[in-house]
Amino acid sequence: MSAVSLSNIVKRFGDYTAVHQMSLDIEEGSFVTLLGPSGCGKTTTLRMIAGLLDPTEGDITIKGKRVNDVPIHKRNLGLVFQNYALFPHKTVAENVAFGLNYRDVGKDDAKRKVAAALDLVQLPDLGGRYPKELSGGQQQRIALARAIVIEPDVLLLDEPLSALDANLREDMRVELKRIQQSIGVTTVFVTHDQTEALAMSDQIIVMSEGRVEQVGAPEDVYNTPATEFVAKFLGASNLLDARCRDVANGGIVLELPDFPAIPIPKERAPKVTGPGPVRLVIRAEKLQLKAPGTPENGCLSVDAIVETVDYQGQSARYFVRVGDHQMQAVNMIEDHPFAAGAKVALQFRARDCAALPVGSRP
Amino acid sequence: MGWRLIRIYTILVYLFMFLPIAVVVLLSFNANQFGSFPMTGLSTRWFEALWNNDAIMRAFRTSIVLGLMTAVISTVLGVLASLALVRYKIPGRNLITTLLIAPILVPEVVLAVALLLFLNFLNFGKSFTLLLAGHVIFTLPFVILVVQARLVSIKRDVEEAAMSLGASPMQTFFAITLPLLMPAVAAGGLFAFTISFDDITGTLFWKPGGIETVPTQIFSMLRNSISPEINALGTVMIVLTVGLPLIGAAIARTLATRSGQ
Repeated sequence: MSAVSLSNIVKRFGDYTAVHQMSLDIEEGSFVTLLGPSGCGKTTTLRMIAGLLDPTEGDITIKGKRVNDVPIHKRNLGLVFQNYALFPHKTVAENVAFGLNYRDVGKDDAKRKVAAALDLVQLPDLGGRYPKELSGGQQQRIALARAIVIEPDVLLLDEPLSALDANLREDMRVELKRIQQSIGVTTVFVTHDQTEALAMSDQIIVMSEGRVEQVGAPEDVYNTPATEFVAKFLGASNLLDARCRDVANGGIVLELPDFPAIPIPKERAPKVTGPGPVRLVIRAEKLQLKAPGTPENGCLSVDAIVETVDYQGQSARYFVRVGDHQMQAVNMIEDHPFAAGAKVALQFRARDCAALPVGSRP
Repeated sequence: MGWRLIRIYTILVYLFMFLPIAVVVLLSFNANQFGSFPMTGLSTRWFEALWNNDAIMRAFRTSIVLGLMTAVISTVLGVLASLALVRYKIPGRNLITTLLIAPILVPEVVLAVALLLFLNFLNFGKSFTLLLAGHVIFTLPFVILVVQARLVSIKRDVEEAAMSLGASPMQTFFAITLPLLMPAVAAGGLFAFTISFDDITGTLFWKPGGIETVPTQIFSMLRNSISPEINALGTVMIVLTVGLPLIGAAIARTLATRSGQ
């Protein structure tokens, strides 16, 4: 039985459809991320699961029970917001204990649970403080403690890391994942940050314009994008027009001007069914710039000219030209970065490429 | 040189504004029947006379009761109206806001006559209820303005968080929204009380015969003679209308610091 399931959910605001026909099953105990740019419907979806919005069509079930008509305060959910939403007039301990007031929990029991929750988020000594006296990271931990102390059926996180500084965000990411694993609560996480999604999720749901583009494990979504949108949104990708020459058992063979023929394994092009135009996807970090004449070592190689160099310290982003194609590559810098105007050999492995049907939609 | 002129000018403006008030307060402690300087001695006899004047004490009680009732009704209505206008998408929201705020913009005499004529048209006579209704209409905009401003600054997220934790909308209002709204509610209530307490224009139109508030009592006393008691009454009024909001603000500030807002 899935912890949360959406079947044919539609949400309209007047004439505007925020979420189109969405179906989804979230497994008990898993960490699932709704990933997409702003306005893709991910927060709307989360708010429908929370009960803050009513779906226009479709059913939402939590633990096998249909909850469409169950108001938010009876759904037993933990909700964490981007801006923490702590109660400013209550102490940290009162904040965390808030949800227990509405449950059948004795006074001593409540005290113990609050202390345990504060321990879990590693802020055991702040119970007497007011939220204003805490840093952003501390406030978000308290918000998390407040949400999990009630032992929710589902933990809903609405961009909880977006308001934090970059360094703190990475620490909190690890921390959040640790806490989630230690209590094993089913978690739905909303973010526009692909790094967060890739690092934390068991499953990523990529959304765009109110539709699900792809559902899969982080590696699958990253390596084998199902649509052009996913390829562009996750990481830096090169998308090139190509032709599929033939489809064989082991894979397909692509050809495009200025490149040698590229044999792609079948699992990297699951949607290409026959010869015809396709889109070739190569991740920027899979393209290696080498000095001209470097042995190919089983890689494919094309001649290229460096046009722009975006120096980033340990790595560099190169914009290179191959015939008529402009491509980007992200490489670690070993000695010195290549200079703009340099002639290079652009090397990549065929099995790192993926192919999509042209104009693919989910 | 220029600064010196500005300083002198400022002092003169303040003197112009506050000297008459100071004189009233000073003369209320004058021992002599006739107010003139230099004062011949200090005394609280006029305050005692005030205390023993039944008409004034009755007016005082009326004003206090009227002010308190106005404050309570205005605050409750104001909070409910603000909640509806800020938290819910109701059709014609802007129009309703404008209508609720309008009594501030309409000259008080016009409002007073309008309400009186309207109730006459409905065959209701002057009564304490009419007086109370008038004061509520007149003080409600102040409460709404103050409460709305505060409500806008209370994030919806906080209320949603409370509901996600199991509090019903009603419980959320009393546990989260109202406590966060309290400084504005207190300020609005104090506004309503003080405005009601020293209102005279509307009160003159609305009050039924035989009922006097402190301002109308002063007004009718002034028509006969200028008694030093009026100075004492004026002093009491000043203390109440200036002191109450100051105390209110101080309480609000202490509350706010304690909750770390």
